[in-house]
Amino acid sequence: MAEEIIGGKLEEQEFSINMGPQHPSTHGVLRMMLKLKGETVMEVKPQLGYIHRGIEKMCEKITYQQSIHLTDRLDYLSAHILNEAVCLTVEDALGVEVPERVKYIRTIMGELNRIASHQLWWCAFGMDLGALTSFFYGLRDREKILDIFEKSCGARLLLSYNVPGGLMYDIQSDFQKDVKDFIQYFKKKLPEYDDLLTGNPIMQQRTKGVGLLTKAQAIDYGVTGPSGRGSGFSCDVRKHQPYSAYSKVNFKEILYTEGDSFARYRVRMDEMWESMSIIEQLIDNIPEGDFALKMKPVIKLPVGEYYTRVEAVRGEFGVYIVSDGNKNPLRMKFRSPNFSNLAVIDTMASGQKIADLIAIGGSMDYVIPDMDR
Amino acid sequence: MEKEKLEEIILKFMPDAEIATDKQFLTAEVKNDQIHALAKFLKNTKETLFDYLFCESAVDFGDHFMMVYHLDSTTYRHQVVIKTKITDRENPVVDSVCDIWMGAEYHEREIFDLFGIGFNNHPDLRKIFLDNDWVGFPLRKDYTDTVNIVER
Repeated sequence: MAEEIIGGKLEEQEFSINMGPQHPSTHGVLRMMLKLKGETVMEVKPQLGYIHRGIEKMCEKITYQQSIHLTDRLDYLSAHILNEAVCLTVEDALGVEVPERVKYIRTIMGELNRIASHQLWWCAFGMDLGALTSFFYGLRDREKILDIFEKSCGARLLLSYNVPGGLMYDIQSDFQKDVKDFIQYFKKKLPEYDDLLTGNPIMQQRTKGVGLLTKAQAIDYGVTGPSGRGSGFSCDVRKHQPYSAYSKVNFKEILYTEGDSFARYRVRMDEMWESMSIIEQLIDNIPEGDFALKMKPVIKLPVGEYYTRVEAVRGEFGVYIVSDGNKNPLRMKFRSPNFSNLAVIDTMASGQKIADLIAIGGSMDYVIPDMDR
Repeated sequence: MEKEKLEEIILKFMPDAEIATDKQFLTAEVKNDQIHALAKFLKNTKETLFDYLFCESAVDFGDHFMMVYHLDSTTYRHQVVIKTKITDRENPVVDSVCDIWMGAEYHEREIFDLFGIGFNNHPDLRKIFLDNDWVGFPLRKDYTDTVNIVER
């Protein structure tokens, strides 16, 4: 009877389904056009632009100091690192060297930002797989980092703590104590994450062997960050082209070669340990000195082209500035990691079940405003 | 690889390339119809192996467009920038590099959408951010929008 109405068996029919833009498991306004055969995904076509704000165009009208505040609004979960990228480009173009103290603080804040972002990813990834408890665990611990951010610069998410030539304020007197307390606290809590989710057989069945991405595909598509490193693509900018204080610390680049959702999960879990180790190496050695250079109120970059690569939480973030000598750039291009990471979703999800598409999307850790810019 | 050695290799393959060096990158500018051949050469040559396109962008200089490709090699960890100038503003077209680096597909769709530069042999050249009925190309310097852009 039912077959007569729909004209054939369900699994034999191919039909198109629209997912998003307002869908809880796409983590923002991402719309995907799916072609399904029964429950199997045949094709994924992402439709972007629902949160396109024209940030690159806006940057052409404003000064370099102002454009820092717009980079917050790209990948809002790695705001500090994105701010740092613009500052590094401007400092590089002007040929100024920031004080050592600034480099140390930037690196520590950047790694705290990375941990906070991975915590939120872990919460949401659990939710994507149907594990609600992880959400409370992750947010509970992330709160501690956000408190440190708030104490340092007054903001919790969109930090804008970096300015060209240094930092907006010096760190407050008990910054070191707060960070060390947090590290002590989180070292006890992180094994709980593994107990709760990593060893869970349902979680492993949902992620192992799902969403395979080979190393060659990762390089070809430019999939970077933990998603690329889960496929064995060694792409950590912190390691290959160290900036700020990364050349002064010892840390491992986490690499897994399986290329499935579980490998990407493991990379992020291990990265939280590495980030804590980086912070521990730096926190007691912050040099005395100025927290910012004295810069001119109006910054004009010399004519030329400048490119900076940094390792944001989700992959390689690049700032490309073309200057014609004026106080605002001729062109400011942001190479956002999520945009390149999204391009590969069709390759990864085709042939998988529709529920696995959610797990794959979760394991790639998409932030939509970073794609749309 | 040293920049001098890289310059030598590029000039040997394409003698009329314009080479410039700054403290960061070696830049090679070639003619519009040569860019695809140069890109393919740089990816497939044993000594260069530029297999990772980490940024593809366009710049509007007012009278011409410049396509800029930032390349990296995951084997040798060296970088190069290749560029090509597009002087035709009415109907700007350049060869797509999608067949060389798959990651170029989205970047080229973005450039098509915001700059109006067409790409030959692109598998799926559609607008990516803006509505299909959007008039004009916002990242061009001569773009005017009286509704959404406030001139101060």
